[in-house]
Amino acid sequence: MIPLLLILIPLLSGLAVFFLKEARSSKALALGSSVITLALSLMAVSSKGVLHYDASWLPGLGGRFTLMQDGMGKMLGLLTAISFPVVFAATYKNTYQKPAAFYGLMLLTQAGLLGVFLAADALLFYFFWELALIPVYFLCSIWGGEKRIVVTFKFFIYTFIGSLLMLVGILFVYAQTADHSFALQSFYNVQLTGKQQAYVFALFFIAFAIKMPIFPLHTWQPDAYEQAPTATTMILSGVMVKMGLFAVIRWVLPMVPGAVKGHALFVIILSVIGMVYASLIAIKQDDLKRLIAYSSIAHIGLMCAAIFTQNQIGLEGVMIQMFNHGINVIGLWIVADVIEQQLGTRKFSELGGLAQKAPTLAILLVVLALANVALPLTNAFVGEFLLFNGLFQYNIWIAAVAGISIILSAVYTLNMIQKIFYGNTVEKTNNAVEIDFNVQVVLGVLVVLVLVMGVYPQPMIDLTKDTVNAIFAHR
Amino acid sequence: MPIQYYIYLCLTLFSIGIIGVLTRRNAIIVFMCVELMLNAVNLLLVAFSKMHLATALVADKATKVGTDGQLFVFFIMVVAAAEVSVGLAIIVMLYRNTHSVDINFLNRLKN
Amino acid sequence: MSKLVYLIPLFPLLGFLINGLGRKHLSKSMIGIIGTGSILASFIVSVLVFFDVKATGTSTVVTLFNFIQVKGLLIPFAFQVDQLSVIFLLIITGIGTLIHLYSTAYMHTEEPAHFGRYFAYLNLFIFSMLLLVLGANYVIMFIGWEGVGLCSYLLIGYWFKNNNYNYAAKKAFVMNRIGDLGFLLAVFWLIFKLGTATYSDVFLHVDKLSAFDITAITTLLFVGAMGKSAQIPLYTWLPDAMAGPTPVSALIHAATMVTAGIYMIARTNLLYSMAPGTQTLIAIIGLATAIFAATIALKQNDIKKVLAYSTVSQLGYMFLGLGVGAYTGAVFHVMTHAFFKALLFLGAGSVIHAMHHEQDITKMGGLKKFMPITHITFLLACLAIAGIPPFSGFFSKDEILMAAYAKNPIYYYVGLGGALMTAFYMFRLYTLTFLGGFRGTQAQASHVHESPIAMTFPLIVLAILSVIGGLIGIPEVFAKDAHSLGNFLTPIFAQSAALATEHHLEASQEYLFMGVSTLLIAGIIFYTISSYKKYQSTETENTGLAKLLENKWYIDELYDAIIVKPLNAIAVFFKNIIEKNIIDGGVNGVGKLVSYSSRQIRLLQSGQVGNYVLIMVLAIVVFILIWFNDLTLSYYLNRLFKNA
Repeated sequence: MIPLLLILIPLLSGLAVFFLKEARSSKALALGSSVITLALSLMAVSSKGVLHYDASWLPGLGGRFTLMQDGMGKMLGLLTAISFPVVFAATYKNTYQKPAAFYGLMLLTQAGLLGVFLAADALLFYFFWELALIPVYFLCSIWGGEKRIVVTFKFFIYTFIGSLLMLVGILFVYAQTADHSFALQSFYNVQLTGKQQAYVFALFFIAFAIKMPIFPLHTWQPDAYEQAPTATTMILSGVMVKMGLFAVIRWVLPMVPGAVKGHALFVIILSVIGMVYASLIAIKQDDLKRLIAYSSIAHIGLMCAAIFTQNQIGLEGVMIQMFNHGINVIGLWIVADVIEQQLGTRKFSELGGLAQKAPTLAILLVVLALANVALPLTNAFVGEFLLFNGLFQYNIWIAAVAGISIILSAVYTLNMIQKIFYGNTVEKTNNAVEIDFNVQVVLGVLVVLVLVMGVYPQPMIDLTKDTVNAIFAHR
Repeated sequence: MPIQYYIYLCLTLFSIGIIGVLTRRNAIIVFMCVELMLNAVNLLLVAFSKMHLATALVADKATKVGTDGQLFVFFIMVVAAAEVSVGLAIIVMLYRNTHSVDINFLNRLKN
Repeated sequence: MSKLVYLIPLFPLLGFLINGLGRKHLSKSMIGIIGTGSILASFIVSVLVFFDVKATGTSTVVTLFNFIQVKGLLIPFAFQVDQLSVIFLLIITGIGTLIHLYSTAYMHTEEPAHFGRYFAYLNLFIFSMLLLVLGANYVIMFIGWEGVGLCSYLLIGYWFKNNNYNYAAKKAFVMNRIGDLGFLLAVFWLIFKLGTATYSDVFLHVDKLSAFDITAITTLLFVGAMGKSAQIPLYTWLPDAMAGPTPVSALIHAATMVTAGIYMIARTNLLYSMAPGTQTLIAIIGLATAIFAATIALKQNDIKKVLAYSTVSQLGYMFLGLGVGAYTGAVFHVMTHAFFKALLFLGAGSVIHAMHHEQDITKMGGLKKFMPITHITFLLACLAIAGIPPFSGFFSKDEILMAAYAKNPIYYYVGLGGALMTAFYMFRLYTLTFLGGFRGTQAQASHVHESPIAMTFPLIVLAILSVIGGLIGIPEVFAKDAHSLGNFLTPIFAQSAALATEHHLEASQEYLFMGVSTLLIAGIIFYTISSYKKYQSTETENTGLAKLLENKWYIDELYDAIIVKPLNAIAVFFKNIIEKNIIDGGVNGVGKLVSYSSRQIRLLQSGQVGNYVLIMVLAIVVFILIWFNDLTLSYYLNRLFKNA
């Protein structure tokens, strides 16, 4: 029952918010609903075993409303459930045109995301995949920045092409299943020849690679992150990019193991090129949002590479890193939003000396930034340690090249800290003040999460262990 | 009379209609050519209908096989009459607006 | 007692939390007491643990919890208490306490909030350093390893308004990261081959590693040590790190953090003893660094820069020791170096404090009469570092050089050359600062004063240690079994000692070397003092070699030209050309292609009814032809598909 409620609550409250008139009540309802979702998802995490829900849905097409929440589903459900209240609370004082529509669409996105993470039926999965995409399209094109129309159009077309390819893939596999069913298990059991596997892999993987994104399919991302309203960007980069990683693990790995093995080297090399490439570009960014975007591409590249190494350590690393990256990057976006809201600029060349004016913000950002460079005792270290370990076991040289991004990440992250916070104040930061209390609390919570997960990561590893073991047991 | 003659006549009439529609610029003549094509089809329908009926009557005196073709002809004539009234009305309105019945001026939908 | 070892890092952590969170609410004296007291508490526990280990002679592993546990890999959060870690515990907490005490006076002009921040960072540093030496596996060591790098970054950039300091801090962090990558790869290699990173397991299963594995792992670990311990080619961050407050330089960039590389290699001594190729590499790099840094130090005029290059040079000696298998000698030198180099830095800090942040030694002179305690302690430290018996530096350096001679006489002669340079630049520094006439401004002259007791007390303690510290390592030739440090550390290096072939020098030969080197060094000292005593600053520009040395061989410029600039150029190229034009341009190109072709196809829709009808008729004719002739169609279709 919990999986169903996890989807229904944001879906229904999202629809309800549309009918509200006042900004305050829609904010409150959105926040309240997301907190309830968080509580539910904590219940899911604390419960033992795999949670199921099954109901009839579209019998004519052979699709069923089947939900399945295993360790990975619980972990990503928790990430989604944490993200939304955090985002709502951190941007509580931002004002939007048509607030009811804004919050309604945000909640629909949450419903879509949770659906993607919980669906155990390919048709349902596709349905939620699109449900998560479409509200984001409206969020970006209505509340975005100056170039929002062009950028959102690109984002939408890009991801939609991917989705359609995936749909073709789903229908193809459906036709090949023994019992003509969209169920996850039937997809796992499908027998495909080597050539068929390669086609199916290509169809699915392009969709997921665009979503992650991995090099060279990434160019929608920095633009979209820059132009989207920051609350949406947080969701996009904190949770939505995990859809791609999640889907590869859930759908592609067990379904077409042969093709995965065959294409592993290709994908890993692309990912590693992307890591170094994105890190180098991040060094030269003058825009805080774009820097975070490229940094995120580099981190996702590492996770994608680790998935395709197909060893247990690497995959465990992906599991916890998906969660950790979400937490860290949302924290960084909150800081970016706070700075932009207060000072009206995100350009490093117009910032400086903020540590004197906002020491608390400086400390909180420094911790998040250190997590971004995967310093030990922050959460990202555990993840990256396992990820690199997996990559190393696949190929030493690839791991060494990927390791360059460790150095480069230190360069751009410290650049960022230095240019925003250190030095003397400049024109725009002369009158800066300390951040609001609600943002302090939110960032404080994130920082505590970062540290706790960095010092004691074992519960999270244990949570997702069953998924990893199942994948390796399957082959 | 063999059916071929009817077919040749109808093809000729139909082709005259087509060529007229394609080449003439006067809307009224184009319209007449369309009617010509319709009537070519009508003639063909009647001819085949008679042919089928004649063949069937040899076996069975009371048969009505093929008469439905003639029924179609009536339908077509009715529809054509309605079409003519609407079409002519359009042409008249067109003439009032453009003082011409040249169909090459009817490209308002372009662009 | 060893079971309580977790208390040792716990106190600094608590100090960090209290000072960090309460920095706006606590008074400065309170901050100072908490900061210093927490380290003192750790020191007391360390002493107790030391006696425990000394009495039992065993190594204890204390596991707190499982840090990472996945299938096939277990990383416990565990501490290892044995002879090696205990020695380092004493150095870190002992010198740490003194430097915290010193800082309370040195930093007294800071605002309370920043004062609290300073002590929080310092406590965090001690915490990280303790993790580094206490960790029972390479991952915990790496946590400390990166942690000290972070604290070093934070403390170098402590005065964050100055962007030059920030650049220095960033440089330190990034260079350390380059080394860290090597370290990390070595750890992955170990995990890959052995499935564990715990010291005891690694050393137990060392036979499962091929010779290539061992060479690769040790080399990669050494890359890590290069970064952290400032060896060629990753040394340039350390002189720049002098941007931090002087006590920080004393603690982090002289006494403790930079010796982490030596600790790590000493900890891994078994693997290194099995990799003679790596050992040679270490010896050569160490020796080259020792000489190279010493030449630069000859011509530096910034009091802290001289000491920084001296530190790099001394670290080179320690690596030489490790490279020739004299692990005890290296650890011994770490210890004595910690005493006298911390003392030198603190003395320099005392001078800088008195001279109102003047660091140029050409503008000092004659401070002897103003600051007697600083002067005496500084002189003792200079004698110790120069290697005059019976001061501590003599014993440790001698032990390393003798071992080097046994391995390869060239090492010895080059090393001795470095030692002579050390004597020269240290006494140049000493003479220019303390002897001769005062060359500073009038305002400075009226303010020069001896430092307060909180600063002089650590100086005195360290001076005593610098003088007598060598007595724990008296060489065999003087007295049998008097090397108490060596005896204490025997269990740690037992396995690698069994691998090494011992060849001792004749006692007479050793006496000869000691005597000659001492005479040479003494000669250099007298020469230096007499030639710089009458020094007057002149404005003439240096030329030739001197200019090269003054500008540090232009290494920074070289790195800038061959690494930083090309990397930036590549990044700009990626950002502006590849990303914008090729990749994104390609994506947008597809979009443009679609919209272009639809514009072209649109032209078919001319809007002329005649055209439509014509096309329709033609199409009908074509279809009719095909229909009448369907053989042709299927023929073409078949050809089309069979060929595909």
